[in-house]
Amino acid sequence: MSILVNKDTRVICQGITGSAGAFHTAQCLEYGTKIVGGVTPGKGGQKSEHGLPVYDTVYEAVRETGADVSMLFVPPPFAAAAVMEAADAGIRLAVLITEGIPALDMVKARKFLDDRCTMMIGPNCPGVITPGACKIGIMPGYIHKPAEKGARNVGIISRSGTLTYEAVWQCSAHGFPQSTCVGIGGDPVKGLNFIELLGMFEEDPETHAIVMIGEIGGTDEEEAAAFIKDNVSKPVVAFIAGQTAPPGKRMGHAGAIISGGEGTAQSKIAALREAGITVSDSPATIGDCVAKLLK
Amino acid sequence: MKVHEYQARALMESAGIPVPPSEVIEVADDAAAAFQKLGGGKAVIKAQVHAGGRGKAGFVKLVDSSQEAVESAGWMLSNRMVSNQTGPDGIAVRKLLMAGAVDIAREYYLSVVLDRAKRVPVMMASAEGGVEIEEVAATNPDAIKKAWFHPHLGLQPFQAIGLAAAIGLRGAQAKAASKIMLQLGRLFLDKDCSLAEINPLIATPDGEILAIDAKFNFDDSADFRHKDVAAMFDPSEENPAELRAKEHNLSYIALDGNIGCLVNGAGLAMSTMDIIKLHGGEPANFLDVGGSVTPEGAVEAFRIILADDAVKAVLVNIFGGIARCDVIADALIKAAREIGFQIPVVVRLEGTNVEIARKMLAEANIEALKPAADLTDAARQVCAAV
Repeated sequence: MSILVNKDTRVICQGITGSAGAFHTAQCLEYGTKIVGGVTPGKGGQKSEHGLPVYDTVYEAVRETGADVSMLFVPPPFAAAAVMEAADAGIRLAVLITEGIPALDMVKARKFLDDRCTMMIGPNCPGVITPGACKIGIMPGYIHKPAEKGARNVGIISRSGTLTYEAVWQCSAHGFPQSTCVGIGGDPVKGLNFIELLGMFEEDPETHAIVMIGEIGGTDEEEAAAFIKDNVSKPVVAFIAGQTAPPGKRMGHAGAIISGGEGTAQSKIAALREAGITVSDSPATIGDCVAKLLK
Repeated sequence: MKVHEYQARALMESAGIPVPPSEVIEVADDAAAAFQKLGGGKAVIKAQVHAGGRGKAGFVKLVDSSQEAVESAGWMLSNRMVSNQTGPDGIAVRKLLMAGAVDIAREYYLSVVLDRAKRVPVMMASAEGGVEIEEVAATNPDAIKKAWFHPHLGLQPFQAIGLAAAIGLRGAQAKAASKIMLQLGRLFLDKDCSLAEINPLIATPDGEILAIDAKFNFDDSADFRHKDVAAMFDPSEENPAELRAKEHNLSYIALDGNIGCLVNGAGLAMSTMDIIKLHGGEPANFLDVGGSVTPEGAVEAFRIILADDAVKAVLVNIFGGIARCDVIADALIKAAREIGFQIPVVVRLEGTNVEIARKMLAEANIEALKPAADLTDAARQVCAAV
């Protein structure tokens, strides 16, 4: 089992003819993801370099291929409109990889999505992977370890990209496979957040522990801590990046900024510990913490 | 991106928000004419810098004659401003704003920000203006009235009228204030602001409502559709190294320590700073080379890090995903040849093409490069080296 995506998930790529879209579609196909087509307005009727059908609209792509998930590599000025189109066309899950989308565009897109049944991952994220079954995004596939029957599988949720790889790598090195890994992205306004995904992992019988990686900025981790306390029975290991970040400086991600005394790593760590969650002091000991809890 | 107060005023004027007349001065002698133009009564001169603490540093002055105006302007333009936000060397002041002094009966606070948790913009208003709103939020949160508004529809008139009433305004004043609120809400959405703040918004003794000071921050990601906003950018306010990094698509922030960091990914870059500190070291910078890093970009990253004289050792931490380890290894070798490493460079590589990268580095045989087995080993080595 897994959450969100599995070996039967049918995926289209919006922006499949762009350089990033084409490159990562190839990588995902190689991993075994069932990518069944792509969308680039104005290029409908063509074949992509992977031999996949290209459509002008998501509506056509969904009708012709039966896809229910979209991976988006659409440039920032057009990304919000593309994700709204996906939602309107009935896509179940939109995975928005694009970085640098204006914050207010995402505010508007989220409002649009809230009236529909579409879930979104991202933006500004590595994507989602169910190891060995379905990779949707830009993460290096080989660092993951597919879930096994009888093994102790870990579910991973993270606001960061490369730091997610770090956590995955450490879990794999300790012999813990991953059920599903979700990079939720580093922007202030996004789709699925810690709470929704924690709930899904709690329900998933093949997930035995959860790693959540947060960072400075906002109050998502504090809210997740309160949620875990009341709703999650599985062991949770957390790490918060940016313990040494100065206030008022945006640390790369649009969402990673300490402002108005809010969003410090210290307050997040305190809230998580208060809720009985194991917090790794070092980014290098996330795997060790999981090992201790699953021993 | 931040803009100066005089730019914020111009923006408000163009949106129809009433602001008292003002003049921008770049040469001290122009202060006399500006003073007369503003009516020759009392006027306030304010240094146009992004750093706060202007008043305490003596860079906000009330003047009541042409002569005094020229003297104050001359002093501000020829002295560096030092405050708790500028660092000990202070900053040069290039522009001054002179505004006619206005009698104030009452000060209010008004702002729009994005509420991350609710995922919509929120307008905040308070009858306690003129002070830091964080202070009010901490000591008297009930004094801040809020109205969340729909990003497609904007702030609605009933919300503005409600807010004006909530901060104690009545009659014509409430009407004037709610009009300003609607204009500010529209400005926030139209210009992709991340902060639109009027502080203070004032009532004069004869009942007029005016915006006295304002602060606008803009979402850099929306620059592509706001050429007018992008044109307000003042590079002299930025850290030169941070500016140079930006030109090469690198995200760099200068810090006070002596261990330079070169990392891919913002989260990993922050964590690398954290683990250095955990092992007793002090990071000299945050540097995220990003996912689509080129060898040229990575070499430039080394130049920027090594240009900081405080740096005594460098930690390279790369987890290759889209960024490939061999590209970084190539850049390391090029940087070693072109710039030369006089200080130890601890290298921790993992991920895409790591084997090729390790082989490249081993063959290049560069003495300053110290390979690390893992992240903890890397942090230990680099902290021991300084």
